[in-house]
Amino acid sequence: MKLNLALAQIATKLGDVESNLEKHLDYIRQAKSQKADLLVFPELSLTGYVLQDLVATVAHRPTDDDPVFRHLLKASQDLDLVVGFVDEDSRHRFFIASAYLSGGKVLHVHHKVYLPTYGLFDEGRFFAWGDSVRSFDTRFGRVGLLICEDFWHASPPYLLWLDGADIMLFSSASPGRGLNDKEKLESARWVERVSKAYASMFTSFVAHCNRVGFEDGLLFWGGATVNDPNGELIVQGPYFEEALTFAELDLNQLRRTRARLPLLRDERTVLVQKELDRILSRG
Amino acid sequence: MVDLTINTDVARQILIGFIRSEVTRVGYARAVVGLSGGIDSALSFVLAVEALGAENVLAVRMPYKSSSPDSLEHAQTLIDQFKVQCETIEITDMVEPLFGRDPQISKQRKGNIMARSRMIILYDQSEAFKGLIIGTSNKTEILLGYTTMWGDMASALNPIGDLYKTQVCQLSRALGIPPVIIDKAPSADLWVGQTDEGELGFTYEEVDRLLYLLVDQRFSPQECVEEGFDEKFVNSVITRIRRNQFKRMMPPIAKLSNRTIGYDFLYLRDWGT
Repeated sequence: MKLNLALAQIATKLGDVESNLEKHLDYIRQAKSQKADLLVFPELSLTGYVLQDLVATVAHRPTDDDPVFRHLLKASQDLDLVVGFVDEDSRHRFFIASAYLSGGKVLHVHHKVYLPTYGLFDEGRFFAWGDSVRSFDTRFGRVGLLICEDFWHASPPYLLWLDGADIMLFSSASPGRGLNDKEKLESARWVERVSKAYASMFTSFVAHCNRVGFEDGLLFWGGATVNDPNGELIVQGPYFEEALTFAELDLNQLRRTRARLPLLRDERTVLVQKELDRILSRG
Repeated sequence: MVDLTINTDVARQILIGFIRSEVTRVGYARAVVGLSGGIDSALSFVLAVEALGAENVLAVRMPYKSSSPDSLEHAQTLIDQFKVQCETIEITDMVEPLFGRDPQISKQRKGNIMARSRMIILYDQSEAFKGLIIGTSNKTEILLGYTTMWGDMASALNPIGDLYKTQVCQLSRALGIPPVIIDKAPSADLWVGQTDEGELGFTYEEVDRLLYLLVDQRFSPQECVEEGFDEKFVNSVITRIRRNQFKRMMPPIAKLSNRTIGYDFLYLRDWGT
């Protein structure tokens, strides 16, 4: 089985949801015309990233009657979508969220579980922390969504793997930093290294879609990637500019890789649980 | 070994993108750069030309009667090389009446008046040319506070404020800025014979290596001494950074209400663009 995956590394207008929605619909049309099955947008793709006091004004609910999601759900009749947004729950807590839309339905919403609040980041000041990491079934198999800092920690991808995800879809709004004498920024090298490592260790497909454009002095670096279950890079988008990057995922590769390298079969989850129980109960 | 080398291709690409984005997203297409003949303004100028095109950049030369003729000439070299429009506006007539009011006026006060007079001219040219002012302060001088507040620090956006002076030199070489501008002794040219390194009491190469450890690598003062830096030098630089924090900030507003600009009214400048 083949999956035509498209990654939309777009620039967004900060706080202008209507304009960002227009861009989403435009990229959806392009991806559809090139026969994509699934199109992934970056973190907070409908709102922009450094929202600060804009958080409450850009929040939406992923429902049929929402003026933004109405259009996206309709578009998901043609191809599956992952979009980034601010989710407001019924008690008015605001989450950094990604929604997986398919056939006019919301299959899954992930709330970011790690909110970086250090250095140049201040997410914990403005957002509520998500509290679950779940895989879910799609027409392409079981999938997991993570958002940026979520995959800077090893445990969320590991949990998705154990929960059955064979395709991990990472989205980010990663500001470029760490310029030195190398050809790539430190932040880009770090994310590319761990994406490849997760694909290799979990013998899974790992796709990463990062936004581009500036917000004040921050430059988001783009560079979408897809790694296959052998940890081989299938495709890479350009740095610093908008692009729609396509990758054909041969899902049969999962079987071939895992027949050769049965890391999933041999993973000793009971041992992990036993040792975690011991470590966590110690204090 | 402290290595401040940067990949100049990446730096160039990011900084050109930054200027283009931050100028055009607010509805402008043009930029204004005060060209002193020194390396910092030369670099900001060339980046602006690459970002917006020569026809969209106005170079402004603002000499004082005692300014070095070399400064004017070096600025002219860049103007000719990059074929941009230029305005030359002497500040002598602006500043002399103020200097004349106090025979005891210090060099420091004169320097500040000159820097702020140039700011007034640049902001006027910004309105006349409909271009945003591109800043020319580098990371070394911002950290050391070797600047005039609301003077040479004033700009609409600053592409080179995260580059140390030695990195400014490296990028300037890569962008084809004439060696005569890169290799001369850095000077604010506020009075005859003034040089940055003479006034500061240390070289840029030395202080950049120390700043890189203290600021970028988060070394403690003691760790810097262990790396071979003189303890007095380390302490004097740390003091300078702390004492000049005020220059890097907007003036604090006394909080009275529940929502106060700067504390809990938080939006990026790029809000809505």
